[in-house]
Amino acid sequence: MIPLYIAQLGIILAVFGLLLVAAAIMVYSERKVAAIIQQRYGPYLVGPRGMLQPIADVIKLIFKETLRPKGADRVLFMLAPLISATAAFTAFAVVPFGAETDLFGLLEQPISLQVADVNVAVLVLFAITSVSVYGIVLAGWSSNSKYSLLGALRSASQMISYELSYGLTLASVLIVANSLSLTKIVNAQQGTWFGWMPAWFVFVQPLGFVIFMIAGVAETNRAPFDFPEAEQELVAGYHTEYSSTPFMMFFLAEYINMVTTAAVATDLFLGGWHGPWLPEYLGWIWFVAKMGAILFFYIWMRWTLPRLRYDQLMAFGWKVMLPLAALNLLVTAAGVIYFGY
Amino acid sequence: MATDLLLFYLFGGVAVLASLLVVLRRNPMHSVLLLIVSFAALAALYITLGSPFAAVIQIIIYAGAIMVLFLFVVMLLNAHKEDEDLAAAPKGAAGPLRAGALLGVVLAVELVWALVKAGGTRDGALAAGASPDVTALGDVRELGRLLFTDYAFAFEVTSILIIVAMVGAVVLAKREI
Repeated sequence: MIPLYIAQLGIILAVFGLLLVAAAIMVYSERKVAAIIQQRYGPYLVGPRGMLQPIADVIKLIFKETLRPKGADRVLFMLAPLISATAAFTAFAVVPFGAETDLFGLLEQPISLQVADVNVAVLVLFAITSVSVYGIVLAGWSSNSKYSLLGALRSASQMISYELSYGLTLASVLIVANSLSLTKIVNAQQGTWFGWMPAWFVFVQPLGFVIFMIAGVAETNRAPFDFPEAEQELVAGYHTEYSSTPFMMFFLAEYINMVTTAAVATDLFLGGWHGPWLPEYLGWIWFVAKMGAILFFYIWMRWTLPRLRYDQLMAFGWKVMLPLAALNLLVTAAGVIYFGY
Repeated sequence: MATDLLLFYLFGGVAVLASLLVVLRRNPMHSVLLLIVSFAALAALYITLGSPFAAVIQIIIYAGAIMVLFLFVVMLLNAHKEDEDLAAAPKGAAGPLRAGALLGVVLAVELVWALVKAGGTRDGALAAGASPDVTALGDVRELGRLLFTDYAFAFEVTSILIIVAMVGAVVLAKREI
């Protein structure tokens, strides 16, 4: 029998490690998928089929010199990547990724596969997302460089604008699920409708799902919304002046944020770990599969769509996404009241 | 209870220290960041009081949204360090400074008076007019019900105030609408 607190500690460490592994896998698959889309080989020298490329990348980055521009704010310049990385890791703490398990009788009482089952999980997630802006903004400001500053400004305004639609779609899911806890939201999607259709919220909230995905891309600063680091205009945006480990932290944060967004989308709209054929304790396989599909979609989109223009992005966010999200919320609320879902 | 008290003093101390530094730091950018630290400490206090909802909302609204706008303004205006501003300030700046000091004193007196009147206990706070439904803050459903029934008037008035402020800002910022 393993005591509960050791199991919980184990889960914390496991989530931390898995996120690192997930980020490495994402880096590799991004480069490989990009290569396939662009009809070239991609990384193929390090390890079988180039699979150890992320490790080579990390080793290279660590051994680079850490540069700090003259006139940069010493404290904030080093604090910014830490904020980004910490926020990225913290956000996953409230995301459940599997059903309760007692590890085949090893534990005295079943433990849920998530770091913290907070009853306001969805809001915690939203709060951490809104705080993670600071990493980017501070990086841009403290670098004392115009490219960094412009990148940071763009990033902040973009994230604030899309956070609104993001929050409103979250709210409509909450109304349908009648709970703020992610575990309860996932469990509300158990079973099927009409005997064949999985009872996922994506079918109740199709518009909400689309808005959530688009806002998720904007929140993680990915193409076609990657303005904070638009190469042609801003060199590398907010992390222009960063090198070595601090740069790696931004890089890591970006990929972990992608993983978290995909995981949350899976929990909110795609039924989390519920799926046919597999027993409940293997539900995490479904979870990983759904998450992988969403992540592949993200990568696919990045290498297919060109970047928008900045004013188009803002107009789209405020004039299309926000009204649609608000409408979706109203219709959902009205529907829940009338049909008592 | 001992841990509760310890946490209270820890986060209360952080909040007070950070707030003091907000005023004392010369660099406006650092002031903004310290204010965020202060808000975060307040949010932690809400959690120890058994209201995670209020804590999270505190982070989302104040630390996440409002302070980002503050940062924006400071960054865009490229605010200088304060001592340079003070040295370059015209002679007339003494008047506003005195008015500010006076307001500070008034606020301090008011705060002490409120604390003395409330007696620093839960019963005292109730006697001074605080809502008895403090436990409701822990439950989002109950909080929502209270906001839209018992406190509907205050809620609506607040939203009207915010709209007025918004319209005012637009009118001030745009010469032609």
